[in-house]
Amino acid sequence: MISANLSAIFYMVSGVLFILALRGLSSPETSRQGNFFGILGMIIAITVTFLATGSFSTGFIFVIIFILVGGSVGAFIAYRIPMTAMPELVAGFHSLVGLAAVFVAISAFLNPEAFNLGKPGNIKLGSLIEMSIGAAVGAITFSGSVIAFLKLQGIMSGSPIIFKGQHPLNAIILVSIIVLIYMLCSTQSSNLFWILLAVSFLIGFLLIIPIGGADMPVVISMLNSYSGWAAAGIGFTLENTALIITGALVGSSGAILSYIMCKGMNRSFFNVILGGFGATEDTSSTVNKEQRPVKSGNADDAAFLMKNASSVIIVPGYGMAVAQAQHALREMVDTLKKNDIKVSYAIHPVAGRMPGHMNVLLAEANVPYDEVFELEEINNDFANADVAFVIGANDVTNPVAKTDPQSPIYGMPVLDVEKCKSVLFVKRSLSPGYAGIDNDLFYKENTLMLFADAKKMTEDITKNL
Amino acid sequence: MEIDPLIFRLSIFILSIFVGYYVVWSVTPSLHTPLMSVTNAISSVIIVGAIIAGLSGDSESVFNTSSLFGFLAIALAAINIFGGFLVTQRMLAMYKKKKKDK
Repeated sequence: MISANLSAIFYMVSGVLFILALRGLSSPETSRQGNFFGILGMIIAITVTFLATGSFSTGFIFVIIFILVGGSVGAFIAYRIPMTAMPELVAGFHSLVGLAAVFVAISAFLNPEAFNLGKPGNIKLGSLIEMSIGAAVGAITFSGSVIAFLKLQGIMSGSPIIFKGQHPLNAIILVSIIVLIYMLCSTQSSNLFWILLAVSFLIGFLLIIPIGGADMPVVISMLNSYSGWAAAGIGFTLENTALIITGALVGSSGAILSYIMCKGMNRSFFNVILGGFGATEDTSSTVNKEQRPVKSGNADDAAFLMKNASSVIIVPGYGMAVAQAQHALREMVDTLKKNDIKVSYAIHPVAGRMPGHMNVLLAEANVPYDEVFELEEINNDFANADVAFVIGANDVTNPVAKTDPQSPIYGMPVLDVEKCKSVLFVKRSLSPGYAGIDNDLFYKENTLMLFADAKKMTEDITKNL
Repeated sequence: MEIDPLIFRLSIFILSIFVGYYVVWSVTPSLHTPLMSVTNAISSVIIVGAIIAGLSGDSESVFNTSSLFGFLAIALAAINIFGGFLVTQRMLAMYKKKKKDK
């Protein structure tokens, strides 16, 4: 048994280690060390909790058993999951954090004495407020993440689900959550606590269903943020500094990522949350459905173009992830490099289904990270490059974002692919991207469309090089 | 008059938000996916609350409604801790620099 003061100091130490874990991610070299700090911080926090409770009885054995069971499931998933499924995995993990927060809050509500929070039916007011906020945010995180998971996994359609009166309904529910917390705190009624949980689960579900598949980077970041705030809420209840620090870190991290993603799409956060992008304005694309001529080619033409180039820029997008084409792409690039062609990769902030999605896939295919560039770093190079090879990306290359103020994506930062001498577009069909707008790039003089599965096409090009 | 300890916790919370703000802006965009998985893992430090909840049963009966929720939360958080850190490690191991000798 160690004193409360000593354990508080240790909790602070693990909080500092968590900060260092995030700090390590500022560069790939220091990142592995950062992860180690994170693990160390977690070990310290868990050990201190054991020592502080000081009971190594039957309950302790069960705690170990549950940690081992959960841990082996987690480890199994971590080793087996393919890198392309990372967005689903992260969404799934968020839901678990949310649910764990809910369970801890329920447990504290049923047995407040174990946490020094007062007696059942007479919980300290401050603790009850913190507890109910933690539980509500946790519940929203849980049901929201489950929906995000189902959408990413393809079990649920990625298209937005919209119905009349959706926004007023959500607003009413959000207000009722605040009213419920207020009533719960004044009456201490356990029925109200259960209703609060049910309503919070419901709103998490309703908030995420209207958001479309391509807005998932924002949703995942946002849920990441929520899971942090839920943890912080529970941290206040338990008066635990490690949880408070971590919750604040994770909460602000998710908020910053959401901001970066929104900026990458030139949309406000509320615009994304209110949802329905891509489903509402379908009419505009069908009205002016003039058939414009496109030049399409085969792998042979593409190989010829690239062989005669001196520099090539690759623009990967979600389509590459779907086709699992990252390894085939790397092989193609290796062949190009053997012919002394300079190759670099250009990544748009919202390429893929989560922040940094493309970077992980390229890293998995052994692409060195110093060949991969962000939008601002590489955008000026397109003018000097011979070939842009767009694989599975669409809207993020659309020049209309720079020229047409009427366009729904006007103002969104795009890759200046059209400035290249020639553009190769690997795509399955001419269908527009999620924004539902045509890409002018398809019809440009110097664009060659390669209609095929991304993986198959890259393999064929490699054969022809 | 004494200051309520809650105020101290609130101060820690607010300062940590600022620390998080500056630290996360310094994270390189190519590591944003590992950032999400590692924040996932560390937010599962909620397991400390779950452990306290799990051990709240008395010596005769380890399991009561309250501790049962605690044990479930332990398992959920453990999935996240092991899964989160390991998958982060797996990802970070893939980030390599260009080989010099080529």
